[in-house]
Amino acid sequence: MSRITVIALNTFRETLRDKILYNLVFFGLLLIVSSILLGALTMGERAKIIQDIGLASINLFGVLIAIFVGIGLVSKEIEKRTIYSIIAKPIPRYQFLLGKYAGLALTLFVNVAIMAVGFFLTLLIGEAGLEPALLKAVGLIFVELLVITAVAVLFSTFTTPTLSATFTLAIYVIGHLTDDLRVLGGNLQSDLTKVVLDGLYYVLPNLETFNVKGPAVHGIPIEPMYLLSATAYGLAYSAVILILACVIFQRRDFK
Amino acid sequence: MKPIRIVGLTKEFRLGFSRRRSVVVRGLDLDVEQGEIFGFLGPNGAGKTTTIKILMGLIYPTSGTAWLLDREIGDVGVKSRIGFLPESPYFYEYLTGEEFLRFYGQLFGIEGLALSRKIDRLLEMVKLTEARGVPLRKFSKGMLQRIGLAQALINDPQLVVLDEPMSGLDPIGRRDVRDIILRLKDEGRTIFFSTHILPDVEMICDRVGILVKGRLQAVGAVSELVGASAVTSIEIMAEGLPDAGVQEAERLGATVARRGVQVLITVGDEGRVPPLLETIRRHAGRLVSLVPHKRSLEDLFLKEVGAGRV
Repeated sequence: MSRITVIALNTFRETLRDKILYNLVFFGLLLIVSSILLGALTMGERAKIIQDIGLASINLFGVLIAIFVGIGLVSKEIEKRTIYSIIAKPIPRYQFLLGKYAGLALTLFVNVAIMAVGFFLTLLIGEAGLEPALLKAVGLIFVELLVITAVAVLFSTFTTPTLSATFTLAIYVIGHLTDDLRVLGGNLQSDLTKVVLDGLYYVLPNLETFNVKGPAVHGIPIEPMYLLSATAYGLAYSAVILILACVIFQRRDFK
Repeated sequence: MKPIRIVGLTKEFRLGFSRRRSVVVRGLDLDVEQGEIFGFLGPNGAGKTTTIKILMGLIYPTSGTAWLLDREIGDVGVKSRIGFLPESPYFYEYLTGEEFLRFYGQLFGIEGLALSRKIDRLLEMVKLTEARGVPLRKFSKGMLQRIGLAQALINDPQLVVLDEPMSGLDPIGRRDVRDIILRLKDEGRTIFFSTHILPDVEMICDRVGILVKGRLQAVGAVSELVGASAVTSIEIMAEGLPDAGVQEAERLGATVARRGVQVLITVGDEGRVPPLLETIRRHAGRLVSLVPHKRSLEDLFLKEVGAGRV
């Protein structure tokens, strides 16, 4: 077993023994199931309401898990000094970091899968229609979570859990508004501001890329090519962020 | 081959927003010999833990370097032959004792039956076989220290580095750790440990180094440093000595204190002991005990720490 796998599996076990995780998954499932009740209150668009709420719940709780479990992964190790005995073992620092990331990715995959199963069961029970497009939407939600987790890991290599959570949450919110940055830049007279806003547009993750919830619910086709390029973008972005995290992590002192 | 070779090691930290420089280790030179138990002493804040963290690759030196088993620090591969116990160890508390050792064993690439056997043996050695299924969060401080020792030994290391292995332990726990260290030496390993619990050091260390404010103040065998025959005072306890005898003892240059029927006679040099014993015999007193006091490591430690602070 490679050392990255050892760390990843232990991280997965760590998250499984964390109560926060169960609470989040429980509330996610609760919200998904309750969409049946909300659907019953509406006229006509019942199926869409159930689909909408289901996808939104998976998205929201996935992000919460990514941020609140993700930021703790590395900074908590440093704060609680559990990292001391690990760094003293024959494992390069970057492998430790990648192992942590892979472990959380596995946790997220399992949780998204559990919520997705809950979602599809709800659709069946609520007779709300099981479209393949919904699965595509869930897939891209998972890619988005991979990006957010990479960002959370990056922040947690050099700052405290609280600050990492704040920063990651900020990146998540801004990441959904990057298109607006560009529009804003286009409307401004100042060239400098335009350059800065354009720069931010390219540096920050464009998280709207992964949002196909609307089209999926409203039956607008999602092209396989789009799915592929969005996934490639997400993986490439995560890779760059992780390399940066590894560089920072390699250089820091564990005082 | 020297298990540890430190040359000109210096570490500065920059503190706070002012980036004020704080030198924690200054130009440290130190060699640890094959197969010895080396005690790394110093008061709190002397830079012991910082030195150990540099050796283990947790922090980077500002200047100077060190070699572990002939490989320069930063070489990750050499860590497969080293065992390390951090100061007041913090471990994954959600793991059970057995899972914990399994995880560390896997980091060394040990797997399967070999690992299971090793875990059984180590749990037995640190007397935690019964606690193998208990999560670490329920462990007492002494148990954590012992499981920490076990993880440091999971790879059969040639060199064992322990940071304050005895701090926070009760006398029984300290004796257990001491016994384990001696056993490791018997198995041919080199042990380097930091501490400020001096009696343990005197008992088990081949050599010690005293670090004060980041500088090595003294290094050598305990007996060498303390002085093998450096008797500083002799205490003679006698019973039934009449006042005449006490006065005579005082005339011989001794300090005398009466405690009921017993008198405690203290003298500074050995030459005065025979006439004092003669005095006791002549006054029909009974000798209870005669204890020569050697200069202890503690005296030396206090002296070196004092000198280093000036």
